[in-house]
Amino acid sequence: MTSITLRLLNARGSVSPVTAFMVGLGSVLGVFMVLQLFNDPEIFIQTLAKSLGLGSVYAIIALGFVLIFKATQTVNFAQGGLAVAGALFLSFLVADDNIPFTTISNPFNDIPGPSWIGWGASVIVAMIFAAILGLVIERLTIRPMIGQPLFSVAVITLGLEIVIRVFNNDAVKIEFRSLEVPWGVDGFRIGDAFITWSVVAAMITAAIAFVAVYFFYRSRTGIAMRAVAFDQEAAMAQGIDVGRVFAIAWAAGAVLAMIGGIFATQPPVRQTLSVEPETATIAFRALPAVILGGLDSATGALLGGLIIGLAEIFAGQYAAGEVGWLGAGYPLIVPYIVMIIGLIIRPYGLFGTPEIRRV
Amino acid sequence: MLGRPNLYTSYKQESQIFPTWTQKAALGVFLLILIAMPLDLWLTEQIPFVRFLGDNEWLPLVNKVMVFAIATLGLNLLAGVAGQVSLGHAFFMGVGAVTAVFLGGQGSENAHGLGLPIWIWLPGAGVAAALAGLIVSPVAVRLRGLYLAIVTLGLVFFGIHLGNTKWGAKFAGAPGLGRKAPKLDIRIWKEETPLVNLDDDGRWLGFDLSDKAKTYFLLLGLTVVLAVMAKNILRTRTGRALQAIRDRDIAAEVMGIPEFRYKLIAFGISSFYAGIAGALFSAALSGQVLAADFGLFFSVEFIAVLLIGGAGTTAGPLVGAFFVVMIPKFVETFTKWLDKTEGGITGKFADLALTGPDGDFGVISTGTQTPGWQLNVFDWNIVLFGFLIIVFLIFEPLGLYGVWVRVRNYWKRWPFSY
Repeated sequence: MTSITLRLLNARGSVSPVTAFMVGLGSVLGVFMVLQLFNDPEIFIQTLAKSLGLGSVYAIIALGFVLIFKATQTVNFAQGGLAVAGALFLSFLVADDNIPFTTISNPFNDIPGPSWIGWGASVIVAMIFAAILGLVIERLTIRPMIGQPLFSVAVITLGLEIVIRVFNNDAVKIEFRSLEVPWGVDGFRIGDAFITWSVVAAMITAAIAFVAVYFFYRSRTGIAMRAVAFDQEAAMAQGIDVGRVFAIAWAAGAVLAMIGGIFATQPPVRQTLSVEPETATIAFRALPAVILGGLDSATGALLGGLIIGLAEIFAGQYAAGEVGWLGAGYPLIVPYIVMIIGLIIRPYGLFGTPEIRRV
Repeated sequence: MLGRPNLYTSYKQESQIFPTWTQKAALGVFLLILIAMPLDLWLTEQIPFVRFLGDNEWLPLVNKVMVFAIATLGLNLLAGVAGQVSLGHAFFMGVGAVTAVFLGGQGSENAHGLGLPIWIWLPGAGVAAALAGLIVSPVAVRLRGLYLAIVTLGLVFFGIHLGNTKWGAKFAGAPGLGRKAPKLDIRIWKEETPLVNLDDDGRWLGFDLSDKAKTYFLLLGLTVVLAVMAKNILRTRTGRALQAIRDRDIAAEVMGIPEFRYKLIAFGISSFYAGIAGALFSAALSGQVLAADFGLFFSVEFIAVLLIGGAGTTAGPLVGAFFVVMIPKFVETFTKWLDKTEGGITGKFADLALTGPDGDFGVISTGTQTPGWQLNVFDWNIVLFGFLIIVFLIFEPLGLYGVWVRVRNYWKRWPFSY
């Protein structure tokens, strides 16, 4: 019984009932969207932009998850803590004039904010900090676990999340750290639809991150990483330094988490423009995107993030009447519902590699 | 030759819970001490730990240990024995707590409650949680490894959200406020005076007992029964099937073990334990039902208890629960003692480590509000908890049970090293 179902799911190149179902669902949603576009274009465009922005933030965070999973075969539950730690460090750099020429007013809008050059320099310093943090954590806690059961490593990252969160909260204390960005809180208009610049910034960053990861996987180190993901021992036998691959993955994952952490304080996700302890929840909100896309696929992370973002914002905009019984904050659990439906259809996500089970 | 360790002459003998008389006697003495602990006896004052664990200050923690042990026994069946790692244990505990307060709590305009006695609401909480587990398991059975962990993690967020909706709040209490948990008193039906009153101090069999001590006895009985049940499940056909699935699921299926059915059973039993533990947590420990209590941190705590104690064993959850629950209190007591010491080496150490309200040098702040970057004892305890998880997994993946096995083997072979 189980094997028949599996074969249906794994069939490639032929139209399975699953594909038919997904195409059907997609077309129904597409028709609904077109109807809404003609019904009230402003709201539709605004919603679409918002959802793409949110989806991009999810995609950035999800890429971090995927990078680490691809090398170490483990979900890094500490990604949220790393995101807040990185964003906090950036806010210390930007807000307290800790590095020079950050206070020149912004040429793009009237709202005073950090200049692009100073802010960019701060981001680079923060990226280096995040990378070092990732390296240290990897060296101390993950490296000794090479070859150990994967679940143990995942639980270690849970322990890390707990520890990092305490220190983050200590840094934030009662006062939230404001995190200023050069594009400010302003936006632009298409007709009557208002779109914030942060949405555009998130989309551009997600695109850059995806392209970077895409080409990284085709580089020498990236191929080594894929080999390690496939079989650690075999990779070692081929002369690949598994420890180095782990270190690179963690450094890159921490950097991506930090970038996600910046956007987690911006409009499509939160309106507060400040780093708070709750910012760490962005990682748990992005988990459905990772799972839906497949834990080991960069394309899956991007598409999963966008799908989850679309589902969350569109459900919040248009489905209030139908699922109002789910309560006020229901858009927040929509990602998990989408994830569970996706997993029932494809247990390894849309683009994930099915695990080959040997007896 | 009888009673020799590792000498088994029959299958029945090998599958005994305690094969030797020494173990039986040790367990008997241990149980006697546990029963005597809260009593005001000369003997209990002479044994280290027991001397103060029975005091009213420490008894709530001992009660917490037992509730955590019950919850982790359930998680152990799922994660340790069947190998299905679930981060959703807090969700099932929440289901248990909410069912308990629905069946046993007092109803009002904005809260449903039937006011039934404990012998209905406690098993009811377990059964409701088990049903929730059975509903979830068809999805869970299709997933393996970390996919399963993350989906069950989703359950936790889902549960808290449902508890905070308008109709969910009628069961789980207003968001952030919660509602009063059902009373532990034992009644036959809804009569005014309970058969056994657990709410205030009283006199049982000639001993003066506080309400905490009475709760302790109730929990002790439940823990013993549930632990024996968990141990016995391991020894049955079901337990062996679950272990086979954990070790290699396809091989188990090839051997004729229906994987789907046994995973369903594992989820059901595990959730049953979780439901009972959740009901007890709200009724005996926190005194209230609050949806936000049953969050991710709770799930992680049980995973930590399981891994620190030793996954796959019955003693592991019990020892691990004691360790995880007691450590913060020990640290707190130690810090308080350190704060009071003056002079000598310990006094110097206290000067270096502690920070008073004036904010001098030191990493541990003694106040609840910290003036600078220092963390207070509460925060340090959370850090310590995280470090414990990490350190145990890196250095002793089998947990305290592994430590025990090593110590035992050392003395078994003593004076030879091999």
